[in-house]
Amino acid sequence: MRPPSPSIPEKDFLYTSLKESLRLDGRLPMELRTPTLTFGDDLGWVECSLGKTRVLAQVEGKMVKPPPERPYEGIITIHPEISPMASSEYEPGRPSDEEVTITRMLDKVLKRSDAVDKESLCILAGQRVWHIRLTLHFLAVAGNMLDCACLAGIVALKHFRRPDVEVIGDEVTVHEPTERAPIPLAIHHTPFCFTFAFFPDSTIPPVLDPSQLEQRLSAGLISIALNAQRELCVLQKLGGVPLEPDEVLKIVAIAVQKAKELNSIVDARLREDWEGRHVEVR
Amino acid sequence: MSATVLPGTVVPAQHVNLKLGPGLVQRSDAGEAGPSIITTRTGTLNHSSNGSKWWVESNSRRYVPAPQESVIGVVVQKVGDGFRVDIGAAHSASLDGLAFEGATKRNKPNLKIGCLVYARVSLAHKDMEPELECFDAQTRKSEGFGEVKGGFLVRCSLKMCRNLLDPKHFLLPLLGARFPLEAAVGMNGRVWVNAKEPKQIIAISRCIEAVDPDGGGIDEAGIKAFLGTLDI
Repeated sequence: MRPPSPSIPEKDFLYTSLKESLRLDGRLPMELRTPTLTFGDDLGWVECSLGKTRVLAQVEGKMVKPPPERPYEGIITIHPEISPMASSEYEPGRPSDEEVTITRMLDKVLKRSDAVDKESLCILAGQRVWHIRLTLHFLAVAGNMLDCACLAGIVALKHFRRPDVEVIGDEVTVHEPTERAPIPLAIHHTPFCFTFAFFPDSTIPPVLDPSQLEQRLSAGLISIALNAQRELCVLQKLGGVPLEPDEVLKIVAIAVQKAKELNSIVDARLREDWEGRHVEVR
Repeated sequence: MSATVLPGTVVPAQHVNLKLGPGLVQRSDAGEAGPSIITTRTGTLNHSSNGSKWWVESNSRRYVPAPQESVIGVVVQKVGDGFRVDIGAAHSASLDGLAFEGATKRNKPNLKIGCLVYARVSLAHKDMEPELECFDAQTRKSEGFGEVKGGFLVRCSLKMCRNLLDPKHFLLPLLGARFPLEAAVGMNGRVWVNAKEPKQIIAISRCIEAVDPDGGGIDEAGIKAFLGTLDI
């Protein structure tokens, strides 16, 4: 059930205040909502919230037989699940345009950018590899689901620990987490996604991390995924207002700075959580 | 005197002129003591001092239309002589073109799709489309109803709207003392606000969200501190 389009006063007011660089929730135009990361008891369970937008990510691993064309690599699959719990406009079973965009973008950012090393997931070539399954549940939508989902996904992958496996000849022994400490996944780099919204009036500057109303009334969105080492993974622009090259470069520069900040926040939170789980066995 | 109740609790309400408010129904059971009063919502059970009016006070965000309530709607379609208006309920409401002050067959208001109207629910039944009117039923004058132009629409929970309509609540007088503002509060979780400068409107919108019981429920002292941090 699509919610109705925003009313004329809402539209006019949004454009008027954005012309004066005032956002409706009091943020600066290039300010990201502070992400809050909550870790669960299981390793690889994390709930990420950007303001009122909340996404839950969960990572599970199991051992499977690899496909014959790629016997030395593990398998990583990403499953975003959007249900009417997120918002009444999403129907179960029928993916809307936005869901398809998010699925494709998550695929590009987390899988095709080679964030996780697949060869390290191989246990016994041609016979046993790890299948890492990342499930994302969208709990609440208040604009910018994509950034929240990418953040939740990559933090869950960093948080997850797989059981230690010992291979002697052709025999594979999986050790329980209580016997041997589980091992983190080999992550090459940590990509973060930033979405900017553009408006039909070209005098209005772009805004970072659009809220629900800003996203509805935007003319186009541009999403940039990069890591803290200034390496660009994905740049996606789905239609909308045409942009000059220097505008795009300005946005990339802002995204680089935000990526560094976000990286330090994520690292600090992961370290804090890990200290809490530290168990000393005497 | 209020107790928290769950749906299905039997309420001992006895009075000659008993009036049941929201959240209570009378079950005509063939029980030992005749018809019983049962709650249908979770919330706090309140009653007036003489025991004639009983109701359940609860909060939610989804509006259920009830007659004589003022609501803010968004016009979504022109249907023949009238309009179809979205009020946030399960069905869109219908607003007749003649239900305005001074409207005749030749002189009907010209509402565009997407404009906001402040109207009164004249008819509301569970499975029917609700009907709206833009004038007071007795006097047939507009009394503030009709199209509202400019300003901004803030969404909040239903309890917050009831609080804002209460003349003893602190928020609107506190903001009004700082700068002139206009507000139209709808019982359907929508509040239209208008002030001279955009940053004042943004301040009102953020204050309403902050005081909303859903989003934290800050009290008067907290709002004064919050207003100090905003630049108005």
